[in-house]
Amino acid sequence: MLTNLFPNISMDDLWVATYETFYMTILALIGTAIIGLILGLLLFLTSKEGIWQNKYINLIVAAFVNIFRAIPFIILILLLFPFTDFLVGTIRGPNAALPALIIGSAPFYGRLVEIALKEVDKGVVEAAKSMGAKTSTIITKVLIPESMPALVSGITVTAIALIGYTAMAGVIGAGGLGNYAYYFGFQRRDFDVVFLCTIIIVIIVFIFQFIGDFITNKMDKR
Amino acid sequence: MISIEGLSKIFSLNKTNITAVDDLTLNIKEGEIYGVIGYSGAGKSTFVRLLNRLEEPTAGKVIIDNQEITALNTKKLRLARQEIGMIFQHFNLLWSRTVEDNIAFPLEIAGVSKVNRSRRVQELINLVGLNGREKAYPSQLSGGQKQRVGIARALANNPKVLLCDEATSALDPETTNSILDLLVDINEKLGLTIILITHEMHVIRKICNQVAVMEQGEIVEQGQVLEVFTHPKKSVTKKFVEQIMKSDNQDDDISNIIKSYHNEGKVLRLHFLGETTNQALISELAKKFDIDLNILHGKITQTQAGGYGTLFVHVKGEIAEIQTAVDFVQGKTSVEVEVIENAD
Repeated sequence: MLTNLFPNISMDDLWVATYETFYMTILALIGTAIIGLILGLLLFLTSKEGIWQNKYINLIVAAFVNIFRAIPFIILILLLFPFTDFLVGTIRGPNAALPALIIGSAPFYGRLVEIALKEVDKGVVEAAKSMGAKTSTIITKVLIPESMPALVSGITVTAIALIGYTAMAGVIGAGGLGNYAYYFGFQRRDFDVVFLCTIIIVIIVFIFQFIGDFITNKMDKR
Repeated sequence: MISIEGLSKIFSLNKTNITAVDDLTLNIKEGEIYGVIGYSGAGKSTFVRLLNRLEEPTAGKVIIDNQEITALNTKKLRLARQEIGMIFQHFNLLWSRTVEDNIAFPLEIAGVSKVNRSRRVQELINLVGLNGREKAYPSQLSGGQKQRVGIARALANNPKVLLCDEATSALDPETTNSILDLLVDINEKLGLTIILITHEMHVIRKICNQVAVMEQGEIVEQGQVLEVFTHPKKSVTKKFVEQIMKSDNQDDDISNIIKSYHNEGKVLRLHFLGETTNQALISELAKKFDIDLNILHGKITQTQAGGYGTLFVHVKGEIAEIQTAVDFVQGKTSVEVEVIENAD
């Protein structure tokens, strides 16, 4: 049936492309989560009235975040070619897409982390201080657990943006469903390939959204 | 136990300085329940935060249990804070943790081992009466229960001092009373010194031994609760005393009562203080003298140091006999008496 509806599809190629999209999304997501969390914490802690209040560090981090959020992703990939080549040793394939994916989405997630941390009740932080908690304890046992639902829904939103980015990266040679849709679908005028890739990407987005919502609801005891 | 010398806090906002706490000096004895009362903006919340340096003082010294809190470095301050419990108006519990995990939190901070932690948590749950709610999350608790968790958490590391920042202000009157009873209970059982910030005179009346009245960052009056209640000097203090002694339109009530009685006999105002509230004064007067007594209006209220209050009595009989009775009250008892001759 599938071959009737989509005559130009090669199941093997489709499978590899789907795998590559997952591969890029998940690895980039892990990197984004770590770097985004660090950026968000830095923004939050060095802000005015923050625990490490520091105008200069705050300014530098904010500038970094704002600049990388301002650059359109497709240009960012081109811009990072030398850096990627140096880091990964190639500018083609899923691995080569990772630096650009992470640098493109970590600042975005960093802002979401900052917003999530701002929502933590200041009274609870004060209570922890009154108990004699260290800053590291406040971060790991108060700020992060108390903002967890927002952190998870933030990473869900970021994951979906990342899936879009992987498709864009695919068009310029990173592999994955974007790559498959562009080279085997669009360029050969086999639009059934483009259409099927779209369906699969939409399904992947739904899966991420569903998992994200499920975890968020599960964790929220408020 | 706690001595505070010349404590000040000045906030700088847009180049204007706001003095929240102004050169405050205070001594608090061990085991006391010390109340600080004032209207919002009087600086009382800032004051209590200066004691454990949640706010850094601009000037002055805080000494708790022979340790100069204001001279400690960050690390030593953290250790000192573990011996100063604090509870808050909005409880400030971690919503992501269950009751027992919330209570265990200060123990985790102090590095108590897991086994000892769970034993201590169970003790505290018994102490504050939360048995059966160990696994509940704060969102499943009532306000009173949340504050009980707050109290258990504050007591976890066996502190010597408990700071209460408007601890009952978010609770209904009945729950307020049960929390206050718990605080008195803890104070007696553990010999804990409690500093309590409030804007409700009822709280001071019910549990405090000593009271300080704050206005514009300064303590305008302080002393034994009973003393401050019965002889309020400043207008703020008078207003607070009125909060518990008078209903809203009581002034009208009294003058109306006096008006309707003053053409026959006399209206007396009897002022009771401390232990005298326990005397059977009215029946004694009726037996000893040939007069009729009718209680018109009054209120006796109980404090930690005994009761106090005022009764308005209408006395009928011979003028001379009434005078002897008044002399008797003045001479032989410690009740203060005042003859209200005329209503207008």
